[in-house]
Amino acid sequence: MDWEYLLDLFLGGLTRGSIYALIALGYTMVYGIIELINFAHGEIYMIGAFTALIVASVLGLMGMNHIVIIILASVIAIIYSAAYGFTVEKIAYKPLRQAPRLSALISAIGMSLFLQNYVLLAQTSNFLPFPSLIPDFDFWEPYAHILTSQELVILITTAVVMILLTFLIKFTRTGKAMRATAQDKVMAALVGIDVNRIISTTFVVGSATAAIGGVLIASHIGQINFYMGFIAGIKAFVAAVMGGIGSIPGAVLGSLVLGWTESFFTGYISSDYEDVFAFLFLVVILIFRPSGILGRSETQKV
Amino acid sequence: MMKNSFGRVLISIVLSVFMCLLISGSTFAADTIKLGVAGAHSGDLASYGIPSIKAAELVVKDINAKGGVLGKKVELLTEDDACKPEVATNTATKLVSQGVDVVLGHICSGATKAALGIYKDSKIICMSPSATNTDLTLSGDYPNFYRTIAYDDAQAQLQVKFATETLKVKSAAILHDKGDYGKGAAELAKKYAEQAGVDVKLFEGVTPGAVDYSAIVQKVKRAEVDAVIWGGYHPEASKIITLMKKERMETKFIGADGVKDDTFIKVAGKYAEGVYATGPMDVSQNPLAIAAKKAHQEAYGSDPGAFFDSAYAAALALLNAIEKAGSTDYDAVSKALKTEYVDTPLGKISFDENGDAIGIGFSVYQVENGAFKELK
Repeated sequence: MDWEYLLDLFLGGLTRGSIYALIALGYTMVYGIIELINFAHGEIYMIGAFTALIVASVLGLMGMNHIVIIILASVIAIIYSAAYGFTVEKIAYKPLRQAPRLSALISAIGMSLFLQNYVLLAQTSNFLPFPSLIPDFDFWEPYAHILTSQELVILITTAVVMILLTFLIKFTRTGKAMRATAQDKVMAALVGIDVNRIISTTFVVGSATAAIGGVLIASHIGQINFYMGFIAGIKAFVAAVMGGIGSIPGAVLGSLVLGWTESFFTGYISSDYEDVFAFLFLVVILIFRPSGILGRSETQKV
Repeated sequence: MMKNSFGRVLISIVLSVFMCLLISGSTFAADTIKLGVAGAHSGDLASYGIPSIKAAELVVKDINAKGGVLGKKVELLTEDDACKPEVATNTATKLVSQGVDVVLGHICSGATKAALGIYKDSKIICMSPSATNTDLTLSGDYPNFYRTIAYDDAQAQLQVKFATETLKVKSAAILHDKGDYGKGAAELAKKYAEQAGVDVKLFEGVTPGAVDYSAIVQKVKRAEVDAVIWGGYHPEASKIITLMKKERMETKFIGADGVKDDTFIKVAGKYAEGVYATGPMDVSQNPLAIAAKKAHQEAYGSDPGAFFDSAYAAALALLNAIEKAGSTDYDAVSKALKTEYVDTPLGKISFDENGDAIGIGFSVYQVENGAFKELK
């Protein structure tokens, strides 16, 4: 048994899972509240990466400090993506809230295609180099062959975001309102919760996490294009379903399981069938737990 | 009655004139060198064949203006095969019956193969500017066949030759993107690497567009290979090389023409430095290529199409060989093709014993200071 190799694959899967988790959180929060699969979510992630690239390029030209660039680019990307998430909800989902769920789903797919093509036309179809915003830390150099500084930052950020989100949902008034809205929108409105505002907040928070994911992963792999949100979005969606859609710890757990599955399968068997195996695993999980690893049964809903 | 005999006279006049023409035609034939141009001149792939006619016309015009070949004018006989093997046999038979001396063509590999047997039986040399099927030359079945384009396997062979002879690679990991181009290239690289005695420790496909390739990079790292040979395009290549360099790996990275793209350097940035890639030799600075392009623009008012340069080179090589051989005799021309060098838009070329052009095809490039530099 080659323990270092095992550790390498474990950490690789952990990084990959963390990236999926940052995107999957948005899917699962939105689903938890309005039972909509927001297919445009992957595109929000892509827009986050593009915004960060533009901001970083402009600031880089102005000759700003590296740390300032990272922080400003990330903050602006988060704000911009959050604004997109907010707007998408108002334009594409709110008017359809009383319509059959299938209508909103079609609307979401349309939004996804629209945003993709919008970036394609307004920006470019080419692959763009993304600056390595996260520097190589000197103190981390002895361990860099196992886990790079970028991967370390991704892991820490994901953990922090997850803890903050859990805190937000469990311990704040907004979080309580979110849980109430998720359980019963009419009743929540009756007790004085502004349901529309809560739904908007959910979209804003979900989009912000996706933007963080976009910035981190683009910085990690060093390139972006308009299509990057599609595959990442699909994988994150799978992760959210695997973990139990609607559940926040489920989304994170599902993402990590998916990341590890892919990593170990590639490492020990073959990368040719990486996706096949990942989806096979999803099917197996859903056979034994139809609502995902941590998902609750739908029948609770009245 | 009057009308009828007039008709007979008319018919006999027409026939006798026609006979005279036929006879004088064949006497003329002895005084010209007949260059057949066969290929797809109509149909879906006409855009591949038409430029070869234009190249031949320009070369012939040029050579005839300078007094022709062996003191004779060169005559063009163009014949269409529509890229269809079943038509190509008729095309070849027709050209042979017209007394063609050498043939420039055919264009498509399948049609070329079908026609070659007929030319072989009549001892006629045939030179294609575009048929890349490897077996046409390497199988040895068609000693009368030559070409001015690199064959399909040439790139993989060059990659492996460079890896084993220049880089002294003993073991390799071959990765591909599972696509037609990438997997095809990787399979050829594997075949030739194994023939050359390289230990291919990994042969795997990766999913294009995946968020992260760290698992496969770890696998390459554990395999402890000397080089990674990549079959695929540049976006995945830049992700993989970036991760490899971030993992502090020193493994050499060899790509093909899918990587030899400036976008690769732009995207991978500093991580692209030192990466090897094969790609077509650069002929844009060749004075003959520039002159041929200009002649085409003047004669036809447009830029030349696909395979124009290689067709131009083929026409030049064929006529030069006849001139050097001193006759249109099959053995003499074959010998001249293999021994004499000729200046063409593709550079100075000759032909090896298989009939493949020496001095054309692919070069190895290495990224150096943000640009691909040709390695000599």
